[in-house]
Amino acid sequence: MADLTTRFAGIESPNPFWLASGPPSNCGDQVKRALDAGWGGAVWKTIGEPIVNVSSRYSSVDWNGQRMMGLNNIELITDRPIETNLREIAEVKKRYPKHAAIASLMVESRREAWHEIVRRAEGAGADGLELNFGCPHGMSERGMGSAVGQVPEYAKTITEWVKEVARTPVLVKLTPNVADIRTIARAAKAGGADGLSAINTLNSITGVDLDTFTPRPDVGGQSSHGGYCGPAVKPIALHMVQQLAGDRECGLPVSGIGGISGWRDAAEFLLLGCHSLQVCTAVMHYGYRIVEDMIDGLSNWMDEKGFHTLDDFRGLSLPRVTEWQHLDLNYKIVARIHPELCIGCGLCYIACWDGAHQCIHVEGAGSPEQLVAQSRASLAQTPAVVAVDTAHTPAARIPKVDEHECVGCNLCWLVCPVEHCITMDRVDTGLPAQSWASSGAGS
Amino acid sequence: MTNEQQFAASFAEIHPPLGRREALVEANRCVYCFDAPCANACPTHIDVPGFIKKISSGNLGGSAMTILHANILGLSCARVCPVEVLCEGACVMHRYNQQPIEIGRLQRHAMDHFYATGRRLPAAAAAKPGRVACIGAGPASLACAATLRQLGFAVTIFDSRPLAGGLNTYGVAEYKLRPSDSLQEVELVRALGVEFRLSVEIAGEWRIKELEEEFDIVFLAVGLGRTQPLEIPGERLPGVVDALRFIAEYKTYRGARVGRRVVVVGGGNTAIDAATAALRLGAEEVHVLYRRSETEMPAFQFEYDLAKQEGVRFHWLTQPVAIHGAARDHAAVESVECVRMELGPPDRRGRRQPQPIPGSNFRLSCDMVIPSIGQSRLLDFLAQFRDIRLAGGCVVVDPATGQTSNPRYFAGGDCVNGGREVVDAVAEGKRAAAGIAQRLEAMHG
Repeated sequence: MADLTTRFAGIESPNPFWLASGPPSNCGDQVKRALDAGWGGAVWKTIGEPIVNVSSRYSSVDWNGQRMMGLNNIELITDRPIETNLREIAEVKKRYPKHAAIASLMVESRREAWHEIVRRAEGAGADGLELNFGCPHGMSERGMGSAVGQVPEYAKTITEWVKEVARTPVLVKLTPNVADIRTIARAAKAGGADGLSAINTLNSITGVDLDTFTPRPDVGGQSSHGGYCGPAVKPIALHMVQQLAGDRECGLPVSGIGGISGWRDAAEFLLLGCHSLQVCTAVMHYGYRIVEDMIDGLSNWMDEKGFHTLDDFRGLSLPRVTEWQHLDLNYKIVARIHPELCIGCGLCYIACWDGAHQCIHVEGAGSPEQLVAQSRASLAQTPAVVAVDTAHTPAARIPKVDEHECVGCNLCWLVCPVEHCITMDRVDTGLPAQSWASSGAGS
Repeated sequence: MTNEQQFAASFAEIHPPLGRREALVEANRCVYCFDAPCANACPTHIDVPGFIKKISSGNLGGSAMTILHANILGLSCARVCPVEVLCEGACVMHRYNQQPIEIGRLQRHAMDHFYATGRRLPAAAAAKPGRVACIGAGPASLACAATLRQLGFAVTIFDSRPLAGGLNTYGVAEYKLRPSDSLQEVELVRALGVEFRLSVEIAGEWRIKELEEEFDIVFLAVGLGRTQPLEIPGERLPGVVDALRFIAEYKTYRGARVGRRVVVVGGGNTAIDAATAALRLGAEEVHVLYRRSETEMPAFQFEYDLAKQEGVRFHWLTQPVAIHGAARDHAAVESVECVRMELGPPDRRGRRQPQPIPGSNFRLSCDMVIPSIGQSRLLDFLAQFRDIRLAGGCVVVDPATGQTSNPRYFAGGDCVNGGREVVDAVAEGKRAAAGIAQRLEAMHG
């Protein structure tokens, strides 16, 4: 079986799956149960001067009958006393010496305040510190969280203060609510950070109640923007993680966060260079138990691919991300519909006509409107003799691709509900690779 | 339990309504096909993916309007349509995971919401000159009348029975559709401004002349006649009740009589309806006699399956030759004498003809016989209307417009198609309405 042992910025854990700082890592009992369930580590819910929360605190985006495609929260950092949190960290470390226990920290922007909290957290036995420069709601109005993480000088200064006293690795958690996340990462590096955690939540309003007109979550008839996370933000997180992992100027290891819900997501973050993975929303949705398939699925995939350790494939996809200007303009693919798998739903046809390049056709119809008009004009009747062939798609309903017109955009393949029914096949243009940049047009 | 409660329990709906959550889950499964096969398979071309999408978006009122726009009898069709061979039979999900979308029940969900919330259809367009009489108050006329009324024409529906709705009110198995549901649809049509003249017989030269004087166009949707006679001895015994009369009686009054041992003759869907109703009304045994074999039986597979599950016994290649009364009491049926059949060579239409096996007669004891071998054609009635060409006892029309050989007459429903589904009658009524509107506009400029 594959070895999932993880070493990130000097912090070790039996596997790369850590609880991200948030409600699932709010107290010692929770963290112990999580580690028993198989999690490799936990970043404690952010510790600082206790706050008072509002109710309600969360809202979500559902999609097509599925709950929580994206989750939004306006909860603040811990509402428990610093000493309680630290005592429980000490207990966890005593019982789980091989697991990672990271203290997430956020205090007012004073050197003394940071020095004090760092000393206390390390005194409790934390394996590392994660500086919360990311929270986009509430705390930022008090000059903390993303208020720090959006200004490179602030991020650098506070990281420096922390590094003045810290003996354990210092991670800076980055907010995605910036123009270029690399500028903050470079500031953190300049301040002496040992690693990065990315991404924190995105500013969001998840929706508006159409009866009360109050956006969600509703706090007594008013709402406030919150932090968005969950599966919906994964593509944004992957992009930012790639930017960080591929940035030579920064060069810090990254703990990937953002919509990781299963082993496939985990593998993707690792392929884009992450050293550890943090999960919150998926645990809030289904509980700690989800880690079992994360570990099992990732191990099985690694065995199948012949990877023995995480280092064997970490960052393997990074060289495959480039700028658009370097992509080969002479690489050509076309859509092919495999008739034996086609169920005749017509989604590729209408997607190509309305959303792409009008190169998928149905016999006998010059346009979608003509096709519908013909169907509506047909005099359908209940069959007198019952012989409904449900197993085969009528040949007339199987669309055909005009390969000369097909631009290879992928849209038909994306909308097709049947796996492998549409494939995007390489066509040899006989032309050498040529990009916009190499053609000279870019110079 | 009261009689009524007992009856309701026996005839509990065969397809119970979907709950709100069930409907949402099911609606979300729909892949929203373009030029959807389900919509194309529907004789009325309901925009099925369109109304399902509206269920999943929480726009139930709009969903019902999408259905009603294509099919004014959206409620009854949701319940009585043989969806397995229509929309659901065409669903692409058969080839995805073998689970077609439950279109019929989703349609029912939207329509139930429509009627439960007391919604109405938009008022008719501005009045236009032209008066139309629809003869027969069944599905074809209701659809024709509603469509014409919505276009602004004046329409009057005539029927010889006291209640409108035709077979939807009198002839559909109770566990599929109740008279009260059918009458809700009648009220919807009435609310559009359609006039109903019920318990009125249109017969005789003078009456037809009067009709032609009052109306510009006549739409004939008179359906079919009585169940065809078996033409065997003993058929007039009181214990012999034809299927349509049997169904109409049990649906409209609660004292309907049923035997202990019932024999149904015929292999169509109405025979199944009668057989399963007899069981529900308390018959101990129900036997169905069919002169061909299982494979030739015209009833839909799911109807046959239902009857088998409920305990109806089928006798294939069996034809009744006489019904015998009791020796003591000649009013009572005692047995049906049958002969065994074998299938001969195929006829011109490729159907193998059953032939009796000499000397194979046997008796099946019973106290009630329900003939159900199809409805007769209303030849005499239709012959009263001038210049209307008939073929095989059915009115001949231009299928695109419903117009008959007499340009003032249009026709649709069973009297044209020889006996099909409710949804076919609705489709024919709709098409005729379009044809009539075109003619009226030409007439009145």
